Amino acid sequence: MSQLEMGAQQWTGPAGNFPLTDIARQLRRDVINMVWAASSGHPGGSLSCTDILTYLFYQEMKLRPQEPAWPDRDRFVLSKGHAAPILYASLARRGYFDPAELSTLRQLDSRLQGHPHYGALPGIEMSTGSLGQGGSTAVGMALAGKLDKKDYRIFNLWGDGELEEGLVWESVMAAAHYKLDNLTGFVDWNGLQIDGPITQVMNPEPIDAKFRAFGWHVELADGHDFESLAKAVAIAKATKGQPTLILCKTVKGKGVSFMENQAGWHGSAPNDAQRLQALADLADPGTPGDPAAQKEVNR
Amino acid sequence: MAEAIATRAAYGRCLACIADKYPQLVVMDADLSKSTMTADFKKVAPERFINAGIAENNMVCMAGGLAASGKIVFVSTFAMFAAGRSYEQILNTVCISGLNVKIAATHAGLTVGEDGMSHQMLTDIALMRSIPELRVMVPADGVETEAMVEEAIRTPGPVYIRLGRSKVPALYDEGTEFEPGKIRTLREGSNVTLAACGIMVDKALQAAEMLAQEGIYARVLNVSTIKPLDKETILEAAHETGAIVTCEEHSILGGLGGAVAETVAESWPVPVLRVGIEDQFGQSGKPDELLELYGLTVHHIVEKAVKAISLKKAF
Ligand SMILES: Cc1ncc(C[n+]2csc(CCOP(=O)(O)OP(=O)(O)O)c2C)c(N)n1
Repeated sequence: MSQLEMGAQQWTGPAGNFPLTDIARQLRRDVINMVWAASSGHPGGSLSCTDILTYLFYQEMKLRPQEPAWPDRDRFVLSKGHAAPILYASLARRGYFDPAELSTLRQLDSRLQGHPHYGALPGIEMSTGSLGQGGSTAVGMALAGKLDKKDYRIFNLWGDGELEEGLVWESVMAAAHYKLDNLTGFVDWNGLQIDGPITQVMNPEPIDAKFRAFGWHVELADGHDFESLAKAVAIAKATKGQPTLILCKTVKGKGVSFMENQAGWHGSAPNDAQRLQALADLADPGTPGDPAAQKEVNR
Repeated sequence: MAEAIATRAAYGRCLACIADKYPQLVVMDADLSKSTMTADFKKVAPERFINAGIAENNMVCMAGGLAASGKIVFVSTFAMFAAGRSYEQILNTVCISGLNVKIAATHAGLTVGEDGMSHQMLTDIALMRSIPELRVMVPADGVETEAMVEEAIRTPGPVYIRLGRSKVPALYDEGTEFEPGKIRTLREGSNVTLAACGIMVDKALQAAEMLAQEGIYARVLNVSTIKPLDKETILEAAHETGAIVTCEEHSILGGLGGAVAETVAESWPVPVLRVGIEDQFGQSGKPDELLELYGLTVHHIVEKAVKAISLKKAF
């Protein structure tokens, strides 16, 4: 079993003034360390949506990490459940649980299952991993919010390859049909799935026009730019009578030079040397190299 | 003996080998071709490889249309998404019409490992064998996998082939002839029968070896065709050994254990104990750790065999 010092840094107070860029860099390092320690998992699609989760968990969502079942909280559903590492890192650094536990990813008896497991860890709103199903559950949560006259919001994240699942479009239709303006969808538009570019494997484009045709309001955003995300989310919240999709242009493997835009890094773990290189790419500016890289006890 | 190889790897290699021999062969995948190994076929016959994208239900029904137009179609994805997600398409499009679709489902069982419970298909044998017209096969090694792929092609109509992610030791020599549908007796014995499939066949053989050291002689059956079941061989074993232990990398509900128990209960009741996953979900972990934790071990088979023998008197 690997022993990995994850570092205890957390950002636990009320959202609003956190250093998002620093947090995102920390979360990306966490993803690399976790997948490396597990010798398996999905780095590419975790890194591509890191900034989206950073923005939501550290800036946007109404949350009480110490009271995860708070009925009025906003909810986040990771429909592309294979990006579990970035969800776990986001929750741990936000104060839901001790970041030390991140190093147990995918190990026997860990609460950090290969794909998110509802109830296993505080902050996981739904079990996902089988693509296409999370969006439908988000629609259910949004319907419940309307029934209960609550003003919490539901955020759901799809992969762009995931949009090939027919079930996604059943949920998209239902969300518009029930005028779920408390639901905001994100697509991690990194252009890649496992077997290659989405346009070559099974083209889901044009994504924006499809969602519009299904009755959604659509905003485009730079999925690596917090201001762009903030603007789009503000519009989503102001849009009444229909759900909003924020189509986020992203780079698969973002932040790690040799992983960027490489389908091969969808589901492979870095080896020791690759991990160190990745951590160097993700080092905080002004530091000679990420200290986390030296903290490895043994393996 | 042939080499240790994952059955999915033998599957991909076999498809590539026979691509020319069967020009009507079409292979489909749902964005997992490098994992299911259908990428091997794509390399040699790209024009007859169809990627459905991440859309398993559509893939299965498209395969139905291709088959109704004279193609022999192999569709592959993980067992969870083939037998699980597309269960009703397999039933209502493929099997109802007896179409020539061969569902080769990989990454079945616990040995998917770290991906965890959402990807560990533990109920596919139960689901698939309850559909009329569908043949259900679980090869135990690479050589048998290749034989079953060819058998599936020669047998008109729908077939489900269950394949695994991890390497399995070779049980058969290259070129072994298999009698389609027939259970293979891998070891003779008269005290108890170990009826196994897939990765558990090798473990059953090891268990028989351990039992022999205690003076208990176990017959070992490789039940690689679960449906239609070779009832004759099962009943013969019930009759001659008086107790059966089934061994499968699957839920104890409805799979091989269910098939064997149903068969003997109706004609020659003897104790049938089931080694498998006890009606629960899996979890993340290394394949070997999981097999240990969920009791899919040589030791556990031995224990059940002893218990099955002790139960004989009660019947
Ligand atoms: C129903 C289902 N089919 C197949 C898979 C296997 N799978 C996991 S990730 C993936 C590709 C996802 O591509 P995309 O949605 O673009 O994700 P990203 O590139 O953002 O990681 C596939 C096919 C799955 N998890 N669920």
